[in-house]
Amino acid sequence: MSIDLAQFHETFFEESFEGLDVMESGLLELEQGEVDLENINTIFRSAHSIKGGSGTFGFTAVADFTHDMETLLDQMRNGDRQVTADIVNVLLGCVDTLRSMLTAIKDKEDVDVTAVAEMSAKLQAILNGEVVHDGAPGEQVNDTVVTSKEQSTGDGWNICFTPFQDIMKTGNDTVRLIRELRELAQESEVEAITDNLPALEEIDPEGSYISWNIRLYGQDINEEEIREVFAWVDDECELEIKPLVVGAAYTGPERRDDSRRQEDAPDRRSTDRRSKASESSSIRVNISKVDELINMVGELVITQSMLSQFGDDEFNEQHLERLKDGLSQLESHTRELQESVMRIRMMPISFAFQRFPRLVHDLSTQFGKKIELVMSGENTELDKTVLEKIGDPLVHLVRNSLDHGIESPESRINAGKSETGVIELKAYHQGGNIVIEIRDDGAGLNKEKILTKARDNNLIGNDERLSDEQIYDLIFRPGFSTADVISDVSGRGVGMDVVRRNIRELGGAVDVASSPGEGSVFTIRLPLTLAILDGQLVGIGDETYILPVISIVESLQVREENINAVAGNAEVYRLREEYIPIVRLYQIFDIQPASEKLSDGLLVVVEAEGKKIAIFVDDLLGQQQVVIKSLETNFRKVEGVSGATILGNGTVSLIIDIAGLIELYQNDIAGLAPSVKGAA
Amino acid sequence: MSEIAEEIEHQEIANEYKELLTFFLAGEEYGVDILRVQEIKGWDTVTNIPNTPEYIRGVINIRGSIVPIIDMRLRFNLEKRDYDATTVVIVLNVMRGNKESRTMGIVVDAVSDVYNIPLDDVKASPDFGTAVDTEFVTGLATVNEKMIIVLDIDHMLNAAELEVIDTISE
Repeated sequence: MSIDLAQFHETFFEESFEGLDVMESGLLELEQGEVDLENINTIFRSAHSIKGGSGTFGFTAVADFTHDMETLLDQMRNGDRQVTADIVNVLLGCVDTLRSMLTAIKDKEDVDVTAVAEMSAKLQAILNGEVVHDGAPGEQVNDTVVTSKEQSTGDGWNICFTPFQDIMKTGNDTVRLIRELRELAQESEVEAITDNLPALEEIDPEGSYISWNIRLYGQDINEEEIREVFAWVDDECELEIKPLVVGAAYTGPERRDDSRRQEDAPDRRSTDRRSKASESSSIRVNISKVDELINMVGELVITQSMLSQFGDDEFNEQHLERLKDGLSQLESHTRELQESVMRIRMMPISFAFQRFPRLVHDLSTQFGKKIELVMSGENTELDKTVLEKIGDPLVHLVRNSLDHGIESPESRINAGKSETGVIELKAYHQGGNIVIEIRDDGAGLNKEKILTKARDNNLIGNDERLSDEQIYDLIFRPGFSTADVISDVSGRGVGMDVVRRNIRELGGAVDVASSPGEGSVFTIRLPLTLAILDGQLVGIGDETYILPVISIVESLQVREENINAVAGNAEVYRLREEYIPIVRLYQIFDIQPASEKLSDGLLVVVEAEGKKIAIFVDDLLGQQQVVIKSLETNFRKVEGVSGATILGNGTVSLIIDIAGLIELYQNDIAGLAPSVKGAA
Repeated sequence: MSEIAEEIEHQEIANEYKELLTFFLAGEEYGVDILRVQEIKGWDTVTNIPNTPEYIRGVINIRGSIVPIIDMRLRFNLEKRDYDATTVVIVLNVMRGNKESRTMGIVVDAVSDVYNIPLDDVKASPDFGTAVDTEFVTGLATVNEKMIIVLDIDHMLNAAELEVIDTISE
C-alpha cells in the first residue's frame, strides 16, 4: 500500500512555519537574559518536530540542518553550554535560513545552498567550541559593506532594485528613490525591467511591478551612500548593489556573492511574513464558531419552512398572528446569523503584533539602542480586513517610536532614566471600538522644533497660537516630514500623514499625546468591523441621513435659553456645564430643512476624536443596522460622508462621517469668521 | 470588461463595424458604444450628495450598488428641461485607467435607436458645432442622412470634478 505523502505537505509547512515562529519568539526571550529551561525545551521541541517532519517527507537538507541546531539546543538544555548572545544570534539566523529553505521547497524553487552552507558552517563552528563573533544579520551586512568598499573604488555601481508590489502603499516612491540615486552620480543609466508586468486588466494601479537596473558612473560614490537612499525601503524590495568593474581587477566574486545571499535571507523572511500577513485568503476558524453557524442555519431553515406554509393554502386572518411570529423569528435568526458570520472574520490582534519582537530586536541592534518591548491585549479580536490593513501603519509607528522616540542609552542615563527604553503595545476594546496604543518612554515630541518646521513649511502662520494638542497634531499633516525635526538619526522620516490617512480609510482615528522627557503615546481607534454599522436614522428636509450610533452621546430637545451666539455666526448650546457648537447640517450640505428654527427640531450630540458637536436635525427616525456600501466604487469620496447604505424601501441613504463633518464645520467657521470680524 | 466582451470588440474591429446606442440631447443625436451600456431605466428619485456640482444629481441603488447619476444637460451647460415620460437614465460601464470599471448613469432627453456603423464612416469631428465639448467627441457618423455624435464616455465621465478628490486621497 502506498500513501501519497504530498497531501500532507501543506499541513507540514503550516506547522513548520508556526514552529519557526515559536522558536523565534523563544529565542528572543532567551536573549533578554531569561535562561528558562522550559523555554529552551519549547525551542528544542519545535526544532525536533521540524526535523522529524522533514525527514519523513524526504527533505533531507532541512532535516540535516535542523539536526545540527538540535544538537546545539540539546547542549544548552543539558547545561553543557552557556547561553550567550552570540549563540542566540546564530540560532536566530538559523531560523531565518530554515524559513527560507522551507519557503523555497514549498514554492518548488531551488534552495539557496550557499546560504545554508554558510549558516551551517557557523553552527558547526559553535559546536566545535570556537568562539564566534558573529552579530545579528544586520551586522553581517555592515561587514560586507566595508569589504566591498575596499574592493570597489571602481568606475561606479550597478544597482538592481526590485521593489515588492506593495511598496507604494507604504508611502514610498520608487521614482523619488531613483532621482535621489541619480543625484549621487555624474552620469547614470536607468533601465526598467518589465518582465513581471501582468496583463493590463490585472494591474493594481497602486502596485509596483517594474524592477530597475540602475548604473551610476563615478569614482567617488560609496556603497553606504547608495544604501542610505534605500534605508527606508530595505524590507520592501530586493536590492543588489554591485560595483561596475571594467576588466579583471575584481578579486573576490565568491565572497561577495555569498554575502549578498546572506543579506537576502532576512529580506526574504520579511517577504514571507508580509505575504502571510497581507495576502492570506484563508483563515483558520475555531470549530465551535462553525458549529454555531450550522445551528443558526438549521433554525433558519425551520423558520423558512414554517413561513412557506402560508403560501401553500388560502391565506386568512387566523394566519396573521403566526405570520408575525414567523417574521420576528426570521428577524432574530438573521441577526444572530449575521453576528456569527462576523465572528468568523474576527481574529486576534496577535497576528499583527507577532512581527514586532523581531522588528524591535533587529532595529534596536541597528540603532544601537536598548529596548524592551511590552505587549498586552494580544487576544483582542478585530475584523480580518482591519487587521490586515493596520499592520503597515503599526510598523511605521513602532519604527518611529524606536528611532525618534527612545533616546540613545547614554542620553537616557544622563536624563536619569534606565538605560533600557520601553515600547509598549497595547490593544483593548472600548465601546464599539478597538484601541491600540503605542507608548514609549523616550524624550517626547519637541514642540519648538515642530513649530519651527511647521512655520518653515507654511503649515501655520507665524503668529498663530496653538495648544499643545494642536502642535502635536501637526506631525500628521502632509508635507511635514518628521525626519530632521525630532531627531537627526535617520535620513528620511516616516510619513505620518500616510499613517493617519491609512487609519482614516479604515474608519479609525489616530492621535498623539506627549510630555517632554517622559515619552509619547500614539492612540489608534478602529471600528471592530468595516461591513456593518449600528445606525441612527435622522431626517432633515426630504433627506434621510445615518449617524453611527457609537458616536452619539445623547439626543435632546432644544431649550431656547441655552442657545448662545458666538462671534455672530457660530452658535453653541449649553448642555449642563459644557458649551457645544451647534452644527446646522442643512447649511453644510446645502439642502432645504423642514424648519430653520432650532426649537422645531432636535439636537443630536455626537463625539469624534475627543470633540463634540450638536447636529441640528428635523427628526429622529429610528435605529437599525445598516450595511456599509462605498461611494468610491462608482463615484468618489465625499467630504463629511463615510459611505452609503440601502434602506428597507430600496432608496440610498448617506452615512455621516462625524470626524469629517467636524472638520467641515470648522473650515466653514474659519472661512466665515474673518469676514464677520471685518464687518464689525 | 470581461474577456468575452473584449473578444467581441476585437471581432468588430476586424469587421470594422461598431454598434452604437443613440440618444437625444437638446435636439442632437449622440451615440455611445453599446457594449458599455448596462441598462436603460426611467427617471426615479435620487439621493442627493452634498457639496457636489449640480449636474451630479445624486446616487441610486441598482441591485445593491450605489450608482451616481449625471445630468448631461447640466453637465454641458445646456438649457434645463423638466424630466418627462421620455427622460431616461442610461446606465454605463465606464473604464477608468485600463482596469477598473465604474458604473454610472447619465440622464438624457430620450433614447433613439441602435445602429451598426462601419468604423470608416466615423469621421473626425470639426472643432465646433456641438453642444458637447469636442474634447469628449470621438467623431461624427452619418446614418440615413442624420448626423450622430459619437461620444468618448470614458473620458467624459472621468474628467473634471469626478476625479478631483480621488487624486487627493491617493
